[in-house]
Amino acid sequence: MLRTWRQRITFSDVVVWAIGLAIAFMVVYGTIATLRLGKYSPETWLDLVITGLALGGIYALIALGYTLVYGILRMINFAHSEVFMSGPFTAAFLADALVKTGIWDRYPLFSLALVLLLAAVVSATIAFLLERIAYRPLRTAPRLVPLITAIGASFFLQYAFRGLYGSGLKGFPTLDVLEGYWSLGTIQVLKTQVVVIFGALAMMLILFGIVQYTKFGKAMRSVSEDKETAALMGIDVDRTISVTFIMGGVSAGVAGILYVILFPVAHFFMGFIPGIKAFTAAVLGGIGNVPGAFMGGLLLGVLESVGPSLFLDGMGIPAPYQLKDVIAFVILVFILIFRPSGILGERMAQAKA
Amino acid sequence: MKKDTSAVWKQAIRTGLIGGSIVLLLALVGIIGTFKGRDIISGWISMGQILFLAPIFLFAYNAARRAEAPSKVGTILVGAISGLMSTSIAAILYLLGQIINLRAMFANASPDLYTMLTFGQGPLLGVIILLLAGVLIGAAGAGVLLLPSRIRKALSQAAIWAILLGLLRELLMVVISRWGVVAYLIRWIFAQNGLAPHGAIVVFLIIGAATYWSAGRKRVAINNLPPQQKKKRLVITLVVSGVVLLVLPLVLGIFFSEILDTVGLYILMGLGLNIVVGFAGLLDLGYVAFYAIGAYTVGVLTSPELGLFHLNYWQAMPFAVVVAVLAGVILGLPVLKMRGDYLAIVTLGFGEIIRILALSDWLKPWLGGSQGIQQIAHPWLWGLELKNQTQLYYMILVGIAIAGFIAWRLKDSRLGRSWMAVREDEDVAQAMGINLVATKLLAFAAGAFFAGLSGTIFATKLTAAYPHSFSLFVSINALSLIIIGGMGSIPGVVVGSLVLMGSPELLREFAEYRYLVYGALLVVMMLIKPEGLWPEARRRLELHEAEELAPGTAAQPAPNNAGQ
Amino acid sequence: MSKRLFVMFSFLIVAVMMLTSCGPKAYECTDALGCVTVAPGEPIHLAYALVISGPDETLGIDSRNGAEVAIAMKGQVLGHDVKFTGEDDGCSAEGGQAAGTKLAADPTIVAIIGTSCSSAARVAMPLISQAGMVMISGSNTAVDLTVAGNANNYPGYLRTAHSDSVQGAAAARFAYEAMGARKAATIHDGSMYADQLQQVFAKTFKELGGTITTTEAVDPNQTDFKSVLTSVAATGPEFIYYPIFVKAGSLITRQAKETPGLENVKLMGADGMFSPDVVEGAGDAVEGLYVSSPDLAAFGADYQAVFLPKYNELFGTDPISIFHAHCFDAANIIFAAIEKVAVKDADGTLHIPRQALRDAMYGTKDFKGLTGNLTCTPTGDCADPKIAVYIYHVGQYPPERIWP
Repeated sequence: MLRTWRQRITFSDVVVWAIGLAIAFMVVYGTIATLRLGKYSPETWLDLVITGLALGGIYALIALGYTLVYGILRMINFAHSEVFMSGPFTAAFLADALVKTGIWDRYPLFSLALVLLLAAVVSATIAFLLERIAYRPLRTAPRLVPLITAIGASFFLQYAFRGLYGSGLKGFPTLDVLEGYWSLGTIQVLKTQVVVIFGALAMMLILFGIVQYTKFGKAMRSVSEDKETAALMGIDVDRTISVTFIMGGVSAGVAGILYVILFPVAHFFMGFIPGIKAFTAAVLGGIGNVPGAFMGGLLLGVLESVGPSLFLDGMGIPAPYQLKDVIAFVILVFILIFRPSGILGERMAQAKA
Repeated sequence: MKKDTSAVWKQAIRTGLIGGSIVLLLALVGIIGTFKGRDIISGWISMGQILFLAPIFLFAYNAARRAEAPSKVGTILVGAISGLMSTSIAAILYLLGQIINLRAMFANASPDLYTMLTFGQGPLLGVIILLLAGVLIGAAGAGVLLLPSRIRKALSQAAIWAILLGLLRELLMVVISRWGVVAYLIRWIFAQNGLAPHGAIVVFLIIGAATYWSAGRKRVAINNLPPQQKKKRLVITLVVSGVVLLVLPLVLGIFFSEILDTVGLYILMGLGLNIVVGFAGLLDLGYVAFYAIGAYTVGVLTSPELGLFHLNYWQAMPFAVVVAVLAGVILGLPVLKMRGDYLAIVTLGFGEIIRILALSDWLKPWLGGSQGIQQIAHPWLWGLELKNQTQLYYMILVGIAIAGFIAWRLKDSRLGRSWMAVREDEDVAQAMGINLVATKLLAFAAGAFFAGLSGTIFATKLTAAYPHSFSLFVSINALSLIIIGGMGSIPGVVVGSLVLMGSPELLREFAEYRYLVYGALLVVMMLIKPEGLWPEARRRLELHEAEELAPGTAAQPAPNNAGQ
Repeated sequence: MSKRLFVMFSFLIVAVMMLTSCGPKAYECTDALGCVTVAPGEPIHLAYALVISGPDETLGIDSRNGAEVAIAMKGQVLGHDVKFTGEDDGCSAEGGQAAGTKLAADPTIVAIIGTSCSSAARVAMPLISQAGMVMISGSNTAVDLTVAGNANNYPGYLRTAHSDSVQGAAAARFAYEAMGARKAATIHDGSMYADQLQQVFAKTFKELGGTITTTEAVDPNQTDFKSVLTSVAATGPEFIYYPIFVKAGSLITRQAKETPGLENVKLMGADGMFSPDVVEGAGDAVEGLYVSSPDLAAFGADYQAVFLPKYNELFGTDPISIFHAHCFDAANIIFAAIEKVAVKDADGTLHIPRQALRDAMYGTKDFKGLTGNLTCTPTGDCADPKIAVYIYHVGQYPPERIWP
């Protein structure tokens, strides 16, 4: 067996493995150096981890949208970041109106529900329109074409919203109910962070449940496996795809509101970076895979949060947080070297890679 | 095929509503408002108004065309209904705006917009006029359908040229200021802002007549000529274009040289990305990384600021290109086994990594950090320092010629065919004996070579390298232009670059809505003409394969490219 | 017969020539850089090179708005309308080069307001300077642009914005002397503006005797700063200086209050954060945030009573940053200079000599602008050297002036 293994390895494999090992070495070295420095207390580390989980929860929610669409259409919906943005940006105006009429303060949960609803509806509508106008006609085109369309649609939506709502920042009012901390033993967790983490978890479970245990989910999985056969089996493929997009849109809209709960500012560019991060998270966890997207999101969030302090500080690198995206992408490459289909690997339906 | 009347009305109404929504979008996004100040025909009509009325006209035309009404009156009626529907949406916006303050949410729902929508008349009269205008324009749109095709072509060409001239007035003024008598003549047709009315009429008549006449002539398809003549034509075309290219910046002035330089740099990059994406099918979203590496290497090696090295440009350039190629290989190695979409995100990551590293405080002593590297040397050629845009234009031209030649030869070579085989189906290619590793790495290396070269010229043109110049947008620009120009097609890269990089530079109002139009253009192009503006023959076949099959059978889904 | 005709004809021509040579002579331009000729009825062409698209566009759009208010309020200059067109400088060097090339190629332009960002100015200035034009910026803050003898200092450049060396030092003095801080941390966002400011701050603070506990950097588009702030908190600063822009700045302000260890730390930004968007973006956390800016005490009642309503009327919103004020002043400086040096011909043609215009602008003294008393140095710094520090209160804009 060793001989066949030796025969199959090529020079490039060796180099790639060397790169991977170098990354692993640097990570371990940096970690040890930082811990030896003892600059950060355990509370600080815990704080960083929780911050990472909260941010990761949002990435996870957005990643769910990417992964659902990928699973069913085998395409990356680049414009998903704008689907994410459209919900909260529009809902910010509603929130403003609610604050002005005093409803926001008197019935906070009701207001929140209203805002969530509007965001989900707007995001879902944008996602639906996107699919109908830009993606449906291109279902049979070679893979690069819908990808380019998605990129174009992303920019179009970004700047359309910029034109509609203006290029400035739109503040989102905070909820008094969610101000402050909850204490878990010795640590303080921001209430908003808890809401976000649990909200993301809940959404993930709902989506996972739908995909795995409902009839519609079965339809989704079969369309994802083989479109033509599914059509032969009597499944309305067009409708299934549309509803998948709508589901992705709803999860993006919810993610959007959770996002503005954590970071109460909306603007037209707010979807771009989280979109890329979520895309990375989806790939990290294994694209097409709902729990994978969730896991990838959380992992990415924690890495971004803890990584610079843990890996880079010890090596004496100034302003380590400037490099947090570098860490995220390097870890991505690392994982993809040793596990090329992402951490949780398989897709919605176990199709050939 | 005759359609029954109610379906025809419904379709007309639907088309009209879609047209109206587009007008609504244009209005609320602010494009109509921004272009309001630019007159096409001075004192008569502004670009904003054209953008307001054109969709109504075009959609009415479309509705009439689809309706295939039997009678002339019917056609006109269909158009009128479509127009009415379009303007009714605008009217609803106006009326809504009078009741509630839309401006709190939509910054562009301003009094100015309302004035334009109602043609300056008060609420009641304005809405009536608006709806009436819709009917008339819709009818006109449908009426155009009834005209013979020669007249139609003449009218549309004349209109397009009139609009173009009105839009590009300032540019023409700047260019022809060196042309003496001709300038005086050309200046006559313009007014302070846009075309003068008499100028507009003259342009309209001239272009209309020319189109009418040429549409009537028979044209001989190029491919049908005997080979001798074909070759002669080709040579003549090449020589003429060569001369034109050499003389262009001198004729057009430095203003255009600047635009041509930018277009040229992107052509150079596009040629490289064309190899990676177009030939080999590897979706590289981090292409800007090699551009940055080329630029920064030249910067580090030639700038006296950092105090590290002090080479001159010609010594530094080969170094920079080699470093870029090495980077291409290093990037290529980990992604060899990755599937198409993973490849996209990893390359995107790589592009971002390079940019962040260039910006970082950590590497500041070597790369300049946020301050960038300044005082990059200009190249010296036979005692002449190449420093203004016109001189650099020639340098870029030489670079493009070399790169174009290399790309052209590669395309038809064995390596080129290996790339296309890998693009179509990796497994089969490997089964055919193609070394996947070497092929893919060579693709990355070739792409990196061109990008690095382009980066070095960029750095010397700017005499500075700032990390802010190397963002994801550059990669997206390059990708878009090769896609729109035509993937895998070398002339397509030139066309794409001219269209996508040139137009924002030419139209100022455009700058605010650049990416909006970009995005819309990408989507529309992909829906209508995915093989690009100047397609590669093989690609066009591939993309329209379904239509090549027996006409009349339902379009078959083309076999999806597996394993990518 | 024809000979007679010929002699008569020549007589006629000579007579006409003599007649026309009597009477007022047309103005002959003797200026070293040439003149701009504005025919009667034609507008005076002013141009801008600002960032009006992309993620930084609020900066440029606000600047342009300020200049447009100045033009609207001025009405006409010497009987001519003002035409205001321009290019996008993209807040980048290549954008500056493109804008500079285009503007320099148009000989009808009298003066340019711009650029938004210093990297663009460095590349645009050689072109503009060579074309004889004058450029005045309301937001360039890089120090080298107005240092005599520096490679990036060109004749024809002025600015109404403060050099970073002034603002950063003032902030450091405020922190050390007024706030009594001895340990400070800085955060910048990778832009030249923020980086230079924090460098100057750090240098001055250390000279005064303080220590910088850490220097961190963030991406201007990121939204989660908890991790960075936690890391900064671990170094134990008393004062955090983050001279960045509104988007990131308001979020940092908000999240600093939520970071354990930073509850009592003083927070301060620079004039990039002087904007109502900060009040909106930071919400309740904005209480106690310090910000440095030109001393607005000179604004007077005119700002609220005249400028703001006009701004609102033209653009439908309140100003979104502080730079509109600098550009308003820049435009007015240009007008004043034009009025001083322009020569009106007998037939109403206006001649504006370029070098004289430059000299007039460099010679601006005690100009009462929105941003203070402006006097231009020979290298182009026109900003009032008085920097003030303000403190934000919840829901209140503009912030309250507290120092000096």
